[in-house]
Amino acid sequence: MSQQSYQPSPLRKQREAARRQASRRSTTIALLSTFAVGAVVVLVVTGAKGFDLVRQSFFSWHYAVHSFPSVLSGIWLNLRVMLIAEFFVLIFGLLLALARTSKSPVLYPVRLFATFYTDIFRGLPLLLVLLLVGFGIPGLQISWIPNSAVTLGTVSLILTYSAYVAEVIRAGIEAVNPAQRMAARALGLSQSQTQRHVVLPQALRKVTPPLLNDLVSLQKDSGLISVLGAIDAIRAAGIETAQSFNFTPYLVAGAIFVALTIPLTRFTDWLTRKQDRARQQQGRW
Amino acid sequence: MNALELKNIRKSYGDDLVISNLDLTVKKHQVKVLIGASGSGKSTLLRCINLLEEIDDGQIFLDGEDISAVGVNADSVRSSIGSVFQAFNLFPHLTVLQNITLAPRLVHGYSQEEASAEAQELLRRFGLLEKAHQYPDLLSGGQQQRVAILRAIICKPKLLLLDEVTSALDPVLIAEVLSLISELKRDGMTMVIATHEMGFAKKVADEVLFLKDGQILEAGSPARMLEDPQSQELKSFLYALEEAGRL
Repeated sequence: MSQQSYQPSPLRKQREAARRQASRRSTTIALLSTFAVGAVVVLVVTGAKGFDLVRQSFFSWHYAVHSFPSVLSGIWLNLRVMLIAEFFVLIFGLLLALARTSKSPVLYPVRLFATFYTDIFRGLPLLLVLLLVGFGIPGLQISWIPNSAVTLGTVSLILTYSAYVAEVIRAGIEAVNPAQRMAARALGLSQSQTQRHVVLPQALRKVTPPLLNDLVSLQKDSGLISVLGAIDAIRAAGIETAQSFNFTPYLVAGAIFVALTIPLTRFTDWLTRKQDRARQQQGRW
Repeated sequence: MNALELKNIRKSYGDDLVISNLDLTVKKHQVKVLIGASGSGKSTLLRCINLLEEIDDGQIFLDGEDISAVGVNADSVRSSIGSVFQAFNLFPHLTVLQNITLAPRLVHGYSQEEASAEAQELLRRFGLLEKAHQYPDLLSGGQQQRVAILRAIICKPKLLLLDEVTSALDPVLIAEVLSLISELKRDGMTMVIATHEMGFAKKVADEVLFLKDGQILEAGSPARMLEDPQSQELKSFLYALEEAGRL
Protein backbone atom coordinates (compact mmCIF):
# COMPACT_ATOMS: atom_id res chain seq x y z
CA MET A 1 0.00 0.00 0.00
CA SER A 2 1.22 3.50 -0.75
CA GLN A 3 2.40 5.50 2.23
CA GLN A 4 2.55 8.79 0.35
CA SER A 5 -1.06 9.85 0.53
CA TYR A 6 -1.28 8.97 4.22
CA GLN A 7 -2.16 11.82 6.57
CA PRO A 8 -1.96 10.99 10.28
CA SER A 9 -5.37 11.51 11.84
CA PRO A 10 -5.80 13.99 14.73
CA LEU A 11 -6.50 10.94 16.89
CA ARG A 12 -3.04 9.55 16.15
CA LYS A 13 -1.37 12.91 16.86
CA GLN A 14 -3.22 13.10 20.14
CA ARG A 15 -2.06 9.58 21.08
CA GLU A 16 1.53 10.37 20.18
CA ALA A 17 1.49 13.57 22.21
CA ALA A 18 0.19 11.67 25.23
CA ARG A 19 2.94 9.06 24.79
CA ARG A 20 5.64 11.74 24.58
CA GLN A 21 4.35 13.39 27.70
CA ALA A 22 4.34 10.09 29.60
CA SER A 23 7.92 9.34 28.58
CA ARG A 24 9.10 12.84 29.60
CA ARG A 25 7.45 12.31 32.94
CA SER A 26 9.15 8.97 33.60
CA THR A 27 12.56 10.40 32.64
CA THR A 28 12.11 13.23 35.10
CA ILE A 29 11.07 10.85 37.88
CA ALA A 30 14.07 8.58 37.18
CA LEU A 31 16.48 11.52 37.34
CA LEU A 32 15.00 12.89 40.54
CA SER A 33 14.99 9.56 42.36
CA THR A 34 18.58 8.78 41.27
CA PHE A 35 19.70 12.15 42.56
CA ALA A 36 17.85 11.70 45.86
CA VAL A 37 19.28 8.21 46.51
CA GLY A 38 22.78 9.40 45.53
CA ALA A 39 22.56 12.35 47.87
CA VAL A 40 21.47 10.17 50.79
CA VAL A 41 24.35 7.71 50.20
CA VAL A 42 26.93 10.48 49.99
CA LEU A 43 25.60 12.18 53.13
CA VAL A 44 25.50 8.95 55.17
CA VAL A 45 28.98 7.81 54.11
CA THR A 46 30.80 11.13 54.38
CA GLY A 47 29.03 11.99 57.58
CA ALA A 48 30.13 8.76 59.26
CA LYS A 49 32.45 9.11 62.19
CA GLY A 50 35.23 6.95 60.72
CA PHE A 51 34.96 8.27 57.15
CA ASP A 52 38.33 10.02 57.06
CA LEU A 53 40.13 6.99 58.44
CA VAL A 54 38.46 4.64 55.91
CA ARG A 55 39.26 6.98 53.07
CA GLN A 56 42.91 7.08 54.05
CA SER A 57 43.34 3.35 54.50
CA PHE A 58 41.32 2.19 51.44
CA PHE A 59 41.39 5.06 48.95
CA SER A 60 44.84 6.53 49.24
CA TRP A 61 46.10 7.83 45.90
CA HIS A 62 49.67 7.66 47.13
CA TYR A 63 49.54 3.96 47.96
CA ALA A 64 47.56 3.20 44.83
CA VAL A 65 50.28 4.61 42.60
CA HIS A 66 53.00 3.04 44.69
CA SER A 67 51.55 -0.50 44.64
CA PHE A 68 50.30 -0.47 41.04
CA PRO A 69 53.45 -1.96 39.37
CA SER A 70 53.73 -4.95 41.69
CA VAL A 71 49.96 -5.66 41.59
CA LEU A 72 50.07 -5.43 37.80
CA SER A 73 52.91 -7.94 37.60
CA GLY A 74 50.83 -10.22 39.83
CA ILE A 75 47.84 -10.01 37.48
CA TRP A 76 49.98 -11.50 34.69
CA LEU A 77 49.97 -14.72 36.73
CA ASN A 78 46.17 -14.52 37.15
CA LEU A 79 45.77 -14.07 33.43
CA ARG A 80 47.76 -17.18 32.62
CA VAL A 81 45.92 -19.17 35.27
CA MET A 82 42.55 -17.95 33.90
CA LEU A 83 43.32 -18.91 30.32
CA ILE A 84 44.74 -22.34 31.12
CA ALA A 85 41.89 -23.09 33.55
CA GLU A 86 39.23 -21.92 31.06
CA PHE A 87 40.67 -24.17 28.38
CA PHE A 88 40.60 -27.30 30.54
CA VAL A 89 37.30 -26.41 32.22
CA LEU A 90 35.56 -26.28 28.84
CA ILE A 91 37.01 -29.64 27.80
CA PHE A 92 36.29 -31.45 31.09
CA GLY A 93 32.91 -29.78 31.46
CA LEU A 94 31.93 -30.99 28.00
CA LEU A 95 33.16 -34.53 28.70
CA LEU A 96 31.31 -34.67 32.03
CA ALA A 97 28.11 -33.37 30.42
CA LEU A 98 28.37 -35.96 27.63
CA ALA A 99 28.96 -38.69 30.20
CA ARG A 100 25.95 -37.63 32.26
CA THR A 101 23.62 -37.48 29.27
CA SER A 102 24.77 -40.70 27.62
CA LYS A 103 22.27 -43.54 27.50
CA SER A 104 24.61 -46.37 26.63
CA PRO A 105 24.73 -49.18 29.23
CA VAL A 106 28.48 -49.61 28.64
CA LEU A 107 29.01 -46.10 29.97
CA TYR A 108 27.03 -46.68 33.16
CA PRO A 109 30.10 -46.49 35.45
CA VAL A 110 31.24 -43.32 33.68
CA ARG A 111 27.79 -41.82 34.11
CA LEU A 112 27.79 -42.75 37.77
CA PHE A 113 31.22 -41.18 38.26
CA ALA A 114 30.17 -37.98 36.43
CA THR A 115 27.05 -37.62 38.58
CA PHE A 116 29.02 -38.19 41.77
CA TYR A 117 31.74 -35.79 40.65
CA THR A 118 29.40 -32.90 39.83
CA ASP A 119 27.48 -33.45 43.07
CA ILE A 120 30.66 -33.22 45.13
CA PHE A 121 32.43 -30.36 43.41
CA ARG A 122 29.37 -28.17 43.01
CA GLY A 123 28.74 -28.38 46.71
CA LEU A 124 32.30 -28.10 48.03
CA PRO A 125 33.44 -24.50 48.69
CA LEU A 126 36.27 -23.55 46.33
CA LEU A 127 38.40 -22.44 49.27
CA LEU A 128 38.20 -25.93 50.75
CA VAL A 129 39.16 -27.54 47.44
CA LEU A 130 42.13 -25.17 47.22
CA LEU A 131 43.32 -26.12 50.70
CA LEU A 132 42.79 -29.85 50.15
CA VAL A 133 44.57 -29.91 46.81
CA GLY A 134 47.16 -27.22 47.58
CA PHE A 135 48.31 -28.59 50.92
CA GLY A 136 47.05 -32.16 50.82
CA ILE A 137 48.69 -33.29 47.60
CA PRO A 138 52.21 -32.02 48.44
CA GLY A 139 51.70 -33.68 51.82
CA LEU A 140 51.47 -37.06 50.08
CA GLN A 141 55.10 -36.58 49.02
CA ILE A 142 54.79 -38.29 45.66
CA SER A 143 57.84 -37.17 43.76
CA TRP A 144 56.39 -36.92 40.23
CA ILE A 145 53.36 -34.84 41.17
CA PRO A 146 54.05 -31.11 40.84
CA ASN A 147 53.70 -29.24 44.10
CA SER A 148 53.88 -25.61 43.03
CA ALA A 149 51.14 -23.41 44.43
CA VAL A 150 50.26 -22.08 40.98
CA THR A 151 49.83 -25.53 39.43
CA LEU A 152 47.79 -26.92 42.29
CA GLY A 153 45.71 -23.75 42.49
CA THR A 154 44.91 -24.02 38.81
CA VAL A 155 44.02 -27.69 39.24
CA SER A 156 41.59 -26.74 42.03
CA LEU A 157 39.91 -24.14 39.85
CA ILE A 158 39.59 -26.67 37.04
CA LEU A 159 38.16 -29.32 39.39
CA THR A 160 35.48 -26.99 40.75
CA TYR A 161 34.52 -25.11 37.62
CA SER A 162 34.36 -28.23 35.42
CA ALA A 163 31.44 -29.32 37.59
CA TYR A 164 29.58 -26.02 37.10
CA VAL A 165 30.24 -25.90 33.38
CA ALA A 166 29.21 -29.56 33.00
CA GLU A 167 25.82 -28.77 34.52
CA VAL A 168 25.32 -25.80 32.20
CA ILE A 169 26.18 -27.84 29.12
CA ARG A 170 24.00 -30.71 30.31
CA ALA A 171 21.06 -28.33 30.66
CA GLY A 172 21.69 -27.24 27.06
CA ILE A 173 21.78 -30.82 25.79
CA GLU A 174 18.53 -31.62 27.54
CA ALA A 175 16.90 -28.47 26.18
CA VAL A 176 17.34 -29.58 22.56
CA ASN A 177 13.99 -30.76 21.21
CA PRO A 178 13.87 -34.60 21.24
CA ALA A 179 12.35 -34.42 17.75
CA GLN A 180 15.73 -33.19 16.50
CA ARG A 181 17.38 -36.35 17.78
CA MET A 182 14.62 -38.47 16.26
CA ALA A 183 14.98 -36.74 12.88
CA ALA A 184 18.73 -37.36 12.91
CA ARG A 185 18.33 -41.01 13.84
CA ALA A 186 15.68 -41.42 11.13
CA LEU A 187 18.29 -40.28 8.60
CA GLY A 188 20.50 -43.15 9.72
CA LEU A 189 22.91 -41.13 11.86
CA SER A 190 24.36 -43.12 14.76
CA GLN A 191 23.97 -42.08 18.38
CA SER A 192 27.36 -40.37 18.45
CA GLN A 193 26.94 -38.70 15.04
CA THR A 194 23.60 -37.35 16.23
CA GLN A 195 25.20 -36.01 19.40
CA ARG A 196 28.15 -34.47 17.57
CA HIS A 197 26.42 -32.94 14.52
CA VAL A 198 22.86 -32.25 15.64
CA VAL A 199 22.49 -32.03 19.43
CA LEU A 200 25.73 -30.43 20.65
CA PRO A 201 25.86 -27.51 18.20
CA GLN A 202 22.33 -26.52 19.20
CA ALA A 203 22.96 -27.15 22.90
CA LEU A 204 26.12 -25.01 23.02
CA ARG A 205 24.37 -22.13 21.25
CA LYS A 206 21.58 -22.24 23.78
CA VAL A 207 23.94 -22.10 26.77
CA THR A 208 26.61 -19.69 25.55
CA PRO A 209 25.47 -16.81 27.84
CA PRO A 210 25.38 -18.85 31.10
CA LEU A 211 28.64 -20.53 30.04
CA LEU A 212 30.37 -17.18 29.61
CA ASN A 213 28.95 -16.14 32.95
CA ASP A 214 30.73 -19.08 34.59
CA LEU A 215 33.96 -18.10 32.85
CA VAL A 216 33.67 -14.55 34.24
CA SER A 217 33.23 -16.07 37.67
CA LEU A 218 36.28 -18.30 37.10
CA GLN A 219 38.39 -15.28 36.14
CA LYS A 220 37.51 -13.55 39.36
CA ASP A 221 38.08 -16.66 41.48
CA SER A 222 41.56 -17.09 40.02
CA GLY A 223 42.50 -14.57 42.72
CA LEU A 224 41.83 -17.22 45.37
CA ILE A 225 44.98 -19.16 44.46
CA SER A 226 46.77 -16.53 46.56
CA VAL A 227 45.79 -18.50 49.69
CA LEU A 228 48.27 -21.15 48.58
CA GLY A 229 51.05 -18.59 48.45
CA ALA A 230 51.19 -17.99 44.71
CA ILE A 231 52.25 -14.39 44.09
CA ASP A 232 49.25 -13.27 42.03
CA ALA A 233 47.64 -9.82 42.09
CA ILE A 234 45.85 -10.41 45.40
CA ARG A 235 48.97 -11.76 47.05
CA ALA A 236 51.07 -8.90 45.68
CA ALA A 237 48.54 -6.46 47.11
CA GLY A 238 48.69 -8.31 50.41
CA ILE A 239 52.48 -7.96 50.55
CA GLU A 240 52.20 -4.23 49.88
CA THR A 241 49.55 -3.91 52.56
CA ALA A 242 51.69 -5.77 55.08
CA GLN A 243 54.43 -3.19 54.57
CA SER A 244 52.27 -0.09 54.84
CA PHE A 245 49.19 -1.13 56.82
CA ASN A 246 47.17 0.52 54.07
CA PHE A 247 44.48 -1.50 52.24
CA THR A 248 44.50 0.51 49.02
CA PRO A 249 46.58 -2.11 47.11
CA TYR A 250 43.67 -4.59 47.50
CA LEU A 251 41.35 -2.09 45.85
CA VAL A 252 43.89 -1.63 43.07
CA ALA A 253 43.85 -5.40 42.51
CA GLY A 254 40.05 -5.38 42.64
CA ALA A 255 39.86 -2.63 40.05
CA ILE A 256 42.13 -4.56 37.70
CA PHE A 257 40.01 -7.72 38.12
CA VAL A 258 36.86 -5.79 37.30
CA ALA A 259 38.56 -4.25 34.27
CA LEU A 260 39.56 -7.72 33.11
CA THR A 261 36.09 -9.23 33.46
CA ILE A 262 34.12 -6.32 32.00
CA PRO A 263 34.87 -7.13 28.35
CA LEU A 264 33.62 -10.70 28.79
CA THR A 265 30.58 -9.50 30.77
CA ARG A 266 29.64 -6.98 28.11
CA PHE A 267 30.16 -9.58 25.40
CA THR A 268 27.84 -11.96 27.30
CA ASP A 269 25.17 -9.26 27.59
CA TRP A 270 25.46 -8.43 23.92
CA LEU A 271 25.20 -12.07 22.91
CA THR A 272 22.18 -12.66 25.16
CA ARG A 273 20.38 -9.65 23.70
CA LYS A 274 21.18 -10.77 20.19
CA GLN A 275 19.82 -14.25 20.82
CA ASP A 276 16.69 -12.85 22.48
CA ARG A 277 16.04 -10.67 19.46
CA ALA A 278 16.55 -13.54 17.06
CA ARG A 279 14.21 -15.72 19.11
CA GLN A 280 11.52 -13.03 19.13
CA GLN A 281 11.80 -12.46 15.42
CA GLN A 282 11.74 -15.99 14.14
CA GLY A 283 11.33 -18.41 16.98
CA ARG A 284 14.94 -19.45 16.52
CA TRP A 285 16.73 -20.99 19.52
CA MET B 1 9.44 -58.86 -4.40
CA ASN B 2 7.59 -56.77 -1.87
CA ALA B 3 9.26 -53.53 -0.86
CA LEU B 4 7.71 -53.76 2.58
CA GLU B 5 5.87 -56.47 4.37
CA LEU B 6 4.43 -56.28 7.88
CA LYS B 7 3.33 -59.49 9.52
CA ASN B 8 1.14 -59.56 12.59
CA ILE B 9 2.54 -56.38 14.14
CA ARG B 10 1.74 -55.65 17.75
CA LYS B 11 2.80 -52.56 19.67
CA SER B 12 1.79 -51.27 23.07
CA TYR B 13 2.90 -48.60 25.49
CA GLY B 14 2.47 -50.14 28.90
CA ASP B 15 -1.18 -51.21 29.12
CA ASP B 16 -2.11 -49.15 26.11
CA LEU B 17 -2.39 -51.38 23.04
CA VAL B 18 -1.68 -49.13 20.04
CA ILE B 19 -1.36 -51.64 17.19
CA SER B 20 -2.53 -55.23 17.08
CA ASN B 21 -2.52 -58.03 14.49
CA LEU B 22 -1.61 -55.69 11.71
CA ASP B 23 -0.58 -57.04 8.29
CA LEU B 24 0.46 -54.84 5.41
CA THR B 25 2.17 -55.42 2.09
CA VAL B 26 3.61 -52.68 -0.10
CA LYS B 27 4.91 -53.63 -3.54
CA LYS B 28 7.71 -51.77 -5.25
CA HIS B 29 6.56 -48.37 -6.65
CA GLN B 30 3.27 -48.67 -4.76
CA VAL B 31 1.80 -45.84 -2.71
CA LYS B 32 -0.28 -46.79 0.31
CA VAL B 33 -2.20 -44.14 2.21
CA LEU B 34 -3.18 -44.57 5.85
CA ILE B 35 -6.24 -42.70 7.01
CA GLY B 36 -7.91 -42.64 10.39
CA ALA B 37 -8.53 -40.37 13.36
CA SER B 38 -5.73 -39.10 15.56
CA GLY B 39 -4.70 -41.86 17.93
CA SER B 40 -5.62 -44.61 15.49
CA GLY B 41 -1.97 -45.71 15.35
CA LYS B 42 -0.84 -44.24 12.02
CA SER B 43 2.19 -42.40 13.35
CA THR B 44 3.18 -45.22 15.66
CA LEU B 45 3.03 -47.65 12.75
CA LEU B 46 5.33 -45.45 10.66
CA ARG B 47 7.78 -45.12 13.54
CA CYS B 48 7.76 -48.90 13.98
CA ILE B 49 8.58 -49.39 10.30
CA ASN B 50 11.76 -47.30 10.47
CA LEU B 51 12.67 -48.88 13.82
CA LEU B 52 12.33 -45.65 15.83
CA GLU B 53 9.91 -47.71 17.93
CA GLU B 54 10.47 -51.31 18.85
CA ILE B 55 7.57 -53.63 18.04
CA ASP B 56 6.28 -56.04 20.69
CA ASP B 57 5.56 -58.83 18.27
CA GLY B 58 5.45 -59.68 14.57
CA GLN B 59 7.94 -59.19 11.75
CA ILE B 60 8.91 -56.40 9.36
CA PHE B 61 10.51 -57.20 6.00
CA LEU B 62 12.22 -54.57 3.88
CA ASP B 63 13.04 -55.83 0.39
CA GLY B 64 12.62 -59.35 1.74
CA GLU B 65 15.05 -58.87 4.62
CA ASP B 66 13.72 -59.23 8.16
CA ILE B 67 14.65 -55.88 9.73
CA SER B 68 12.89 -56.75 12.98
CA ALA B 69 15.23 -59.67 13.62
CA VAL B 70 17.57 -59.66 16.60
CA GLY B 71 20.97 -58.17 15.80
CA VAL B 72 19.92 -56.10 12.80
CA ASN B 73 21.81 -52.80 12.57
CA ALA B 74 19.00 -50.29 13.04
CA ASP B 75 21.14 -47.35 11.87
CA SER B 76 21.79 -48.93 8.51
CA VAL B 77 18.11 -49.92 8.11
CA ARG B 78 17.01 -46.34 8.83
CA SER B 79 19.53 -45.00 6.34
CA SER B 80 17.66 -46.87 3.59
CA ILE B 81 14.21 -45.60 4.64
CA GLY B 82 13.27 -41.96 4.20
CA SER B 83 11.10 -40.38 6.90
CA VAL B 84 9.35 -37.02 6.95
CA PHE B 85 7.45 -35.69 9.94
CA GLN B 86 4.60 -33.32 10.56
CA ALA B 87 6.85 -30.76 12.27
CA PHE B 88 9.54 -30.77 9.50
CA ASN B 89 12.31 -31.17 12.09
CA LEU B 90 14.94 -29.50 9.96
CA PHE B 91 18.16 -28.80 11.84
CA PRO B 92 18.00 -25.07 12.69
CA HIS B 93 21.77 -24.62 12.98
CA LEU B 94 22.44 -25.90 9.45
CA THR B 95 21.64 -24.29 6.11
CA VAL B 96 19.23 -25.94 3.69
CA LEU B 97 22.14 -27.43 1.75
CA GLN B 98 23.84 -28.68 4.93
CA ASN B 99 20.57 -30.21 6.11
CA ILE B 100 20.26 -32.18 2.90
CA THR B 101 23.91 -33.25 2.66
CA LEU B 102 24.40 -34.27 6.31
CA ALA B 103 23.28 -37.89 5.97
CA PRO B 104 24.90 -38.48 2.56
CA ARG B 105 28.23 -37.32 3.97
CA LEU B 106 28.07 -39.00 7.37
CA VAL B 107 26.13 -42.16 6.61
CA HIS B 108 26.46 -42.91 2.91
CA GLY B 109 30.09 -41.99 2.39
CA TYR B 110 29.59 -39.22 -0.16
CA SER B 111 32.34 -36.63 -0.45
CA GLN B 112 31.40 -33.03 0.29
CA GLU B 113 31.43 -32.23 -3.45
CA GLU B 114 29.34 -35.22 -4.49
CA ALA B 115 26.76 -34.54 -1.79
CA SER B 116 26.54 -30.83 -2.63
CA ALA B 117 26.21 -31.48 -6.36
CA GLU B 118 23.48 -34.04 -5.77
CA ALA B 119 21.63 -31.75 -3.33
CA GLN B 120 21.83 -28.75 -5.65
CA GLU B 121 20.49 -30.86 -8.49
CA LEU B 122 17.46 -31.78 -6.33
CA LEU B 123 16.96 -28.20 -5.14
CA ARG B 124 17.08 -26.94 -8.71
CA ARG B 125 14.56 -29.51 -9.87
CA PHE B 126 12.09 -28.47 -7.19
CA GLY B 127 12.65 -24.72 -7.46
CA LEU B 128 14.46 -24.30 -4.15
CA LEU B 129 17.99 -23.65 -5.39
CA GLU B 130 18.07 -20.02 -4.28
CA LYS B 131 17.33 -21.17 -0.72
CA ALA B 132 20.37 -23.48 -0.59
CA HIS B 133 22.41 -21.28 1.72
CA GLN B 134 19.60 -19.98 3.92
CA TYR B 135 18.71 -21.23 7.38
CA PRO B 136 15.43 -23.13 7.71
CA ASP B 137 13.67 -20.54 9.88
CA LEU B 138 13.79 -18.02 7.04
CA LEU B 139 11.76 -20.37 4.84
CA SER B 140 7.98 -20.71 4.66
CA GLY B 141 6.46 -23.85 6.16
CA GLY B 142 5.88 -25.28 2.70
CA GLN B 143 9.47 -24.68 1.69
CA GLN B 144 10.73 -26.20 4.93
CA GLN B 145 8.65 -29.30 4.42
CA ARG B 146 9.82 -29.67 0.83
CA VAL B 147 13.42 -29.39 2.01
CA ALA B 148 12.67 -32.05 4.63
CA ILE B 149 11.35 -34.33 1.90
CA LEU B 150 14.42 -33.75 -0.27
CA ARG B 151 16.61 -34.48 2.76
CA ALA B 152 14.80 -37.80 3.11
CA ILE B 153 15.07 -38.86 -0.54
CA ILE B 154 18.55 -37.71 -1.55
CA CYS B 155 20.07 -41.14 -0.95
CA LYS B 156 17.33 -42.90 -2.91
CA PRO B 157 15.65 -44.77 -0.06
CA LYS B 158 13.91 -48.07 -0.70
CA LEU B 159 10.85 -46.67 1.01
CA LEU B 160 9.56 -43.21 1.95
CA LEU B 161 7.39 -42.70 5.03
CA LEU B 162 5.37 -39.48 5.24
CA ASP B 163 3.68 -38.75 8.56
CA GLU B 164 0.96 -36.09 8.17
CA VAL B 165 3.43 -33.87 6.39
CA THR B 166 0.84 -31.21 5.54
CA SER B 167 -0.99 -30.98 8.87
CA ALA B 168 0.96 -27.93 10.01
CA LEU B 169 0.52 -25.98 6.77
CA ASP B 170 -2.05 -23.63 5.28
CA PRO B 171 -3.81 -24.59 2.00
CA VAL B 172 -1.50 -22.75 -0.41
CA LEU B 173 1.56 -24.35 1.17
CA ILE B 174 -0.14 -27.75 1.29
CA ALA B 175 -0.51 -27.61 -2.50
CA GLU B 176 3.21 -27.10 -3.13
CA VAL B 177 4.14 -29.98 -0.84
CA LEU B 178 1.56 -32.31 -2.37
CA SER B 179 2.71 -31.56 -5.91
CA LEU B 180 6.24 -32.53 -4.89
CA ILE B 181 4.95 -35.83 -3.52
CA SER B 182 2.96 -36.46 -6.73
CA GLU B 183 6.18 -35.98 -8.65
CA LEU B 184 7.92 -38.54 -6.47
CA LYS B 185 5.14 -40.97 -7.28
CA ARG B 186 5.76 -40.42 -11.00
CA ASP B 187 9.42 -41.22 -10.32
CA GLY B 188 8.26 -44.55 -8.92
CA MET B 189 9.01 -43.95 -5.23
CA THR B 190 7.53 -46.54 -2.89
CA MET B 191 5.64 -44.68 -0.18
CA VAL B 192 3.52 -45.14 2.92
CA ILE B 193 1.67 -41.93 3.70
CA ALA B 194 -0.40 -40.98 6.72
CA THR B 195 -2.64 -38.04 5.86
CA HIS B 196 -5.92 -36.24 6.43
CA GLU B 197 -5.99 -34.87 2.86
CA MET B 198 -8.60 -37.10 1.21
CA GLY B 199 -8.43 -35.37 -2.17
CA PHE B 200 -4.71 -35.99 -2.24
CA ALA B 201 -5.15 -39.60 -1.10
CA LYS B 202 -7.47 -40.08 -4.06
CA LYS B 203 -4.85 -38.73 -6.44
CA VAL B 204 -1.74 -40.63 -5.36
CA ALA B 205 -2.90 -43.73 -3.49
CA ASP B 206 -2.84 -47.16 -5.07
CA GLU B 207 -4.64 -48.32 -1.97
CA VAL B 208 -6.18 -46.57 1.00
CA LEU B 209 -6.14 -48.25 4.41
CA PHE B 210 -8.47 -47.16 7.16
CA LEU B 211 -7.00 -47.56 10.65
CA LYS B 212 -9.01 -47.68 13.82
CA ASP B 213 -7.65 -48.61 17.22
CA GLY B 214 -4.46 -49.94 15.69
CA GLN B 215 -6.11 -52.27 13.20
CA ILE B 216 -6.82 -52.02 9.50
CA LEU B 217 -10.61 -52.05 9.41
CA GLU B 218 -11.02 -51.53 5.72
CA ALA B 219 -8.83 -51.26 2.65
CA GLY B 220 -9.45 -50.62 -1.01
CA SER B 221 -8.98 -48.32 -3.97
CA PRO B 222 -9.38 -44.64 -3.06
CA ALA B 223 -12.54 -44.28 -5.16
CA ARG B 224 -14.16 -47.31 -3.62
CA MET B 225 -13.22 -46.31 -0.07
CA LEU B 226 -14.59 -42.80 -0.50
CA GLU B 227 -17.74 -43.61 -2.44
CA ASP B 228 -18.72 -46.96 -1.06
CA PRO B 229 -17.43 -47.35 2.52
CA GLN B 230 -18.47 -50.67 4.00
CA SER B 231 -17.78 -50.47 7.72
CA GLN B 232 -19.78 -48.25 10.01
CA GLU B 233 -16.52 -46.83 11.42
CA LEU B 234 -15.25 -45.64 8.03
CA LYS B 235 -18.67 -44.20 7.23
CA SER B 236 -18.67 -42.11 10.39
CA PHE B 237 -15.01 -41.09 9.87
CA LEU B 238 -15.83 -39.86 6.35
CA TYR B 239 -18.96 -38.16 7.66
CA ALA B 240 -16.85 -36.31 10.26
CA LEU B 241 -14.40 -35.19 7.57
CA GLU B 242 -17.28 -33.95 5.46
CA GLU B 243 -18.73 -32.03 8.39
CA ALA B 244 -15.33 -30.42 8.92
CA GLY B 245 -15.22 -29.46 5.25
CA ARG B 246 -12.17 -31.65 4.65
CA LEU B 247 -13.60 -33.91 1.97
